[in-house]
Amino acid sequence: MEVDRYERIWMTGSAIFVLSAVIAVVSSVVFHTAELPEPAGRIEPELVTQTAPFDEPGLHQRDDGSWELIYIGQAWAWTPAQVTIPAEARGEEITIKAASIDVIHGMKITDTNVNIMLIPGHVSEVDVTFDESGSHTLVCHEYCGIQHHVMGAEIVVE
Amino acid sequence: MTATIDHPQPDQPPEPGPTVTRARRTSFLVDIPGVTAADLRPIKWQLYLSLVGLLLGALMGILQALERLDVDLYDEVPLETYYQGLTIHGVALALVFTFCFGNAFCSLMTMKAYGKPLPSRALSQASTWLAWGGVALATWAMLANKATVLFTFYAPLQATPAFYIGAVFLVLATWAVLINLVLAQRRFRAEHPKDRTPLLAYTSLATYVMWFIASLGIAIEVLAFLLPWSLGLIDEVDPQFTRTLFWFTGHPIVYFWLLPIYISWYQLLPRQVGARTWSDGLTRMVFLAFLLLIPVGVHHQFTDPGIPFTSKAIMWVLTVAIFYPSTVTLFSVVSSLEQGGRAHGGTGLLGWILKLPWGNPSVSGQLLAGIGFMFGGASGFINANYTTNLVVHNTSFIVGHFHLTVGTAVALSIMAISYWMVPYLTGNELQHRRLAVAQGWLWFVGVLTFSRGQMMGGIEGMPRRTLINSAPYLEDNPSWEMANTLTGIGGSVMFLSAVLFFFVILRTIFTNRAAVGVMQIPVAEVTHGPRPSWRILDQLGIWALVAVVLSLLIYGELVVHYWPINPVSGGATLW
Repeated sequence: MEVDRYERIWMTGSAIFVLSAVIAVVSSVVFHTAELPEPAGRIEPELVTQTAPFDEPGLHQRDDGSWELIYIGQAWAWTPAQVTIPAEARGEEITIKAASIDVIHGMKITDTNVNIMLIPGHVSEVDVTFDESGSHTLVCHEYCGIQHHVMGAEIVVE
Repeated sequence: MTATIDHPQPDQPPEPGPTVTRARRTSFLVDIPGVTAADLRPIKWQLYLSLVGLLLGALMGILQALERLDVDLYDEVPLETYYQGLTIHGVALALVFTFCFGNAFCSLMTMKAYGKPLPSRALSQASTWLAWGGVALATWAMLANKATVLFTFYAPLQATPAFYIGAVFLVLATWAVLINLVLAQRRFRAEHPKDRTPLLAYTSLATYVMWFIASLGIAIEVLAFLLPWSLGLIDEVDPQFTRTLFWFTGHPIVYFWLLPIYISWYQLLPRQVGARTWSDGLTRMVFLAFLLLIPVGVHHQFTDPGIPFTSKAIMWVLTVAIFYPSTVTLFSVVSSLEQGGRAHGGTGLLGWILKLPWGNPSVSGQLLAGIGFMFGGASGFINANYTTNLVVHNTSFIVGHFHLTVGTAVALSIMAISYWMVPYLTGNELQHRRLAVAQGWLWFVGVLTFSRGQMMGGIEGMPRRTLINSAPYLEDNPSWEMANTLTGIGGSVMFLSAVLFFFVILRTIFTNRAAVGVMQIPVAEVTHGPRPSWRILDQLGIWALVAVVLSLLIYGELVVHYWPINPVSGGATLW
């Protein structure tokens, strides 16, 4: 098939560009442990509040010393609405687990890479490390009904 | 070769002489032999419905823009909530405006390509009736506040059945067009067994074949799950699974918005600037690439908890591949434009740009749309990528991105194409040409401002789809203020542009000034091809089969990992 010389050069350049993008992102996953949420189990929406660990929302330090932050999403509030990260948890990896008891919600914590959907029937799990003290907003970023915009919470890092 | 279109208005005799101001014409000439007013009427009404979608969307848009500037007009209009208006905005623009334009445009292009009417006028009429019927049903449901589920209608939010039935009708309208295009190609094959399918017909058909396969996801979602659930026939659905079906369609829906515009950019715009289409074979390959790249929907679900890692990784790589056909398009379209600019006396590396016919509103609008698309494509690289997506997913960054793609590349191009298409379908001369040129510029400036605002807010974590001025956490995030101001100003400028557009179009529809001569569809000759390009490219049936197998493999992997379906949700009406 007839392809103009300049166009051939352009097409080769484009292919190289696309391939480098793939290589760059694969490296960020392999070498810098950038990761996306993965399935973390299923859960009955109606039973969320009675099922561990969601029966005790909030920040906990487990027996092995690791940190766990549990959230319940429902229209139109996060439980807990306010969380304080103590100084000893600053710089430590915290595992966030969240589940919805009604419709789809979305969790975004400002100034972090925490960005995950809450979908009824599934447990959402994501890791976060707060390196600096300060406050963050936890917003619901998926439309969940008429008061969706009031569904926010606060995280204060000591 | 021309055909005369007779309007049944015998009591209005045409005035003699070459004057352009006369009583509304009783007949006009079009450049496709054998085409009658009855052939064009369903296409005209399909286009009008598309523009009704644009009007509804723009009316909702200005309410949203003003809300960003702290002006709340929701109490002054017959809407109950912001989210009701947002649902209408999304459905009217993402589904009605774009689908109906595609139906009208690809039908007309196929007639032009084969030089005769479509095989079945009944199918054209059925498509137009289905579209109007579907839009009427869905609009009723939305205006009655019985379907405030946004255009993505994620379960467990549950709309009234009329909303889903309206969506089904709208999709059936597109399938009716597909059948007509397939029949037209078979007729051509039978009459000219040795000829290549004309490029214009090929690209129109490839668009609709792609869309048909893509639309099966939403068809299964609505017919097997959401509609029976809304009717009370089944109690619970799986929100993760129905959402996955939605995005199977929801990404290639973007191609369905864009490919009719690519047809114009590849084959009509070159003629409008006095140049030729660059390459027949590469144009065909670009359209085939979109057909093969259907299974990428999971890149809208990178942050979903239920989707396995493997599906996310595979579909992300395919997503990056989408850039390839678009960069090839960039070269082809710009090289055609350069030919045109140099033919008009343009010199130097970039001097030819100034010599393009910027005074033609149909050209300038599409040129600006193309420039906007470069920003849109570049920003898309951020949302598309596996890791950077985490920063912007579901933030207003995404809204900024797609107002540059569908909101500029597609919407501004449709407005620009309407500047020749409405005259073509009515026999009237385009009115207020200079205002029409200004309209395109106004949209361009407005949308760049709007998107700049939305993107900066998104990077700072501002959520999309949110009545942001009423959000209690707004005061904790002062950096969003500038974002909202720019969004509001940009959105208002876009609305002004839309007002100008409707002024020009309505004046053109209702004018007494008939166009002079035969109505022409601008179609360019081809520089390279078609003979040297491979004949196998024309076998769309084979390529469709490849696309289906590829989709089944890639989504099969997802379903196998996901199984069993997890129906846990009854319907919720939280508005």
